[in-house]
Amino acid sequence: MSVRDDIADQLGVDLEGFDPIRVVLYGTLVGLVAFYLSPLESGLMTALKTEAEFATSPPFVPPTADGFTLEPFSVAIDTLASAILNSIMLAVPATILSALLGSFAAYGLTNFEWRGQLGVVTLFIAGIFIPYQAVLIPLSRLWAIVNTKELLAPILDITLFSVQVPVLGTVELATHPHYASIINLIITHAAYGIPITTLLFRSYYKKLSTEMLEAARLDGASAFTVYRRIVLPLSTPMFAVTLIYQFTQIWNDLLFALVIIPSGSGPAAVATIALNELTGGIIQTFNTQMAGAFVAALPTLLVYILFGDKFAKGVAGEA
Amino acid sequence: MSLNTLKRLLGRDGSGGSGTGPLPDDIASLRGGIQSAVSSLRESEAVRSAPFWLPPFLLMGFFVYGAIGWNVIISFTDFAGLQLPTYDPTAFDLEMYRRALSDGQFWLATRNTFVLLVSFTGLSLAGGLGLAILVDRGIRFENWFRTIYLLPFSLSFVVTAVFWRWMYNFDSGVINVFLRGIGLDFLASKWLAGGVELGALSAIPLVPETLQFKLFAVIFALLWQFSGYAMVVYLAGLRAIPDDQYEAARVDGASTVRMYRRVILPQLRASTVSAAVVLMVFALKAFDFLYVMFGNNPGPTADILSTMMYRQAFAANEWAYGSAIAVVLFLVALAVVAPYLYGEYRRGEL
Repeated sequence: MSVRDDIADQLGVDLEGFDPIRVVLYGTLVGLVAFYLSPLESGLMTALKTEAEFATSPPFVPPTADGFTLEPFSVAIDTLASAILNSIMLAVPATILSALLGSFAAYGLTNFEWRGQLGVVTLFIAGIFIPYQAVLIPLSRLWAIVNTKELLAPILDITLFSVQVPVLGTVELATHPHYASIINLIITHAAYGIPITTLLFRSYYKKLSTEMLEAARLDGASAFTVYRRIVLPLSTPMFAVTLIYQFTQIWNDLLFALVIIPSGSGPAAVATIALNELTGGIIQTFNTQMAGAFVAALPTLLVYILFGDKFAKGVAGEA
Repeated sequence: MSLNTLKRLLGRDGSGGSGTGPLPDDIASLRGGIQSAVSSLRESEAVRSAPFWLPPFLLMGFFVYGAIGWNVIISFTDFAGLQLPTYDPTAFDLEMYRRALSDGQFWLATRNTFVLLVSFTGLSLAGGLGLAILVDRGIRFENWFRTIYLLPFSLSFVVTAVFWRWMYNFDSGVINVFLRGIGLDFLASKWLAGGVELGALSAIPLVPETLQFKLFAVIFALLWQFSGYAMVVYLAGLRAIPDDQYEAARVDGASTVRMYRRVILPQLRASTVSAAVVLMVFALKAFDFLYVMFGNNPGPTADILSTMMYRQAFAANEWAYGSAIAVVLFLVALAVVAPYLYGEYRRGEL
């Protein structure tokens, strides 16, 4: 321990803070924080200003008492509410489905050993890197040919988003003339999510102890029992990572929604489409646009703030 | 595998272990029994695992590889307008590809795609590496800094495009207001419409007379959104380097810069490659951001293959032509990804 540290210890202060190199380091880090947050900060400030206020004050300055308003947010919420509901109904099932299928595939391809396995794995992983433009036209053809609404009619006699509640009878949560396109979108997102979820789960299952799985199998447990009793319970942390990553991806998508949801179908629009329409209009002012951006981004922002570390793991492809 | 395990395997298989146990002349048959037991186990492994991987494989295979094949077939047809495609193999031709080669728009979009691909990937990697090194310097509140730098990556392109359109606004956007505020008025520009004259340089083919800011404004905004991603990948790489290598370099008296250049950077090759592949593939399909900023026609200086493909197919209803452009895009992506996957395969990383 140096004399300097010794003194610092006795005084109860941390002299590290006075190191000029550290000062430059922290200065840079804080400057970068300003850079990364400036679009969000000035967007938020603008969203809280009246039109007169944002025309006269710099964008990143907070509104004055006179210029403060929540009007842009209430307009944005009114315009986007139904689209956000659609996005939830899309993103939640599609996320769960692709995570489950990825977990199945990863188990079948990692914890078993057979010839040709690596070829199948390669096909899965290559699927991550497909430019979606290469499948857009077939997708639009496919969903023009397959009539989901009619196909589901015999088993799903709904206005999809109604539920049977004892005593109350049928409760319509939202009648939805275009519900079929949401289902098409769920299937599409689930299918294209499989490669990345398989990769994430596989990196995790590779680390599971082979002896343990082997022992269970030799005790006569079926492949399914091993999955349900051992692999699935151990997968919880990886499910958290995968669900968070996939939810963000699906919520944020615009391209598939543009192609699969019939154009101009207001009621079936998802959040990204509705936001694009809200901000693309000529009459909309910047404060409403910014408020709209925050409203549409709110679910992913919340997920990120609450589970940022898990999102980072998904991003890095880590277990 | 323990002897007990073997016995149980053989017992279940019924092909060995009968009678009095392994006498010397029985060893050969026992060995045969083991081999057949192991190989039948192997065979049944494929069967036993199929219920798990086959259904996802079929679903994914249909949507990914089936759709790519379908797209290739459509690119051979004359599918356009509101009529349905006719899949008549005798009428298949390469007309759409010839059309692309003689289409000036296609070459401009290809040029812009490569400009975006190279500069966006390079800058994001450099920015991400810089961030990772800063964050890895044993700083306080590391989690906070990391979280903020990665934040833009969690947002939708629709959201970030809306923000950046506002940032670049000529009159009241943050960038120009900031530049005017610090007395650099002359730098304030129409970022999404302006440009600088290139003069003599424009004699080079495909180099325009005026270098429009548009594409670079897009690249800068995407850099803001993606450098956090590269940082996360590099941080994982940095954390995998054992501490004693830093110590050793320090004991040798190497300066910090020298330590990074000689000891640390060479070990980040794998991180660089995997981040670069993801960034390049993203650059190829970057669509959402451009679409929200400029609509389906970003103009000759910012149009890339993915926006051109969408416009030809879904706005002009030139479906077969759109398919052909999509095939080109797919082949470029394949050229990026195939060597990477092959390398991973060779190193047993798949």
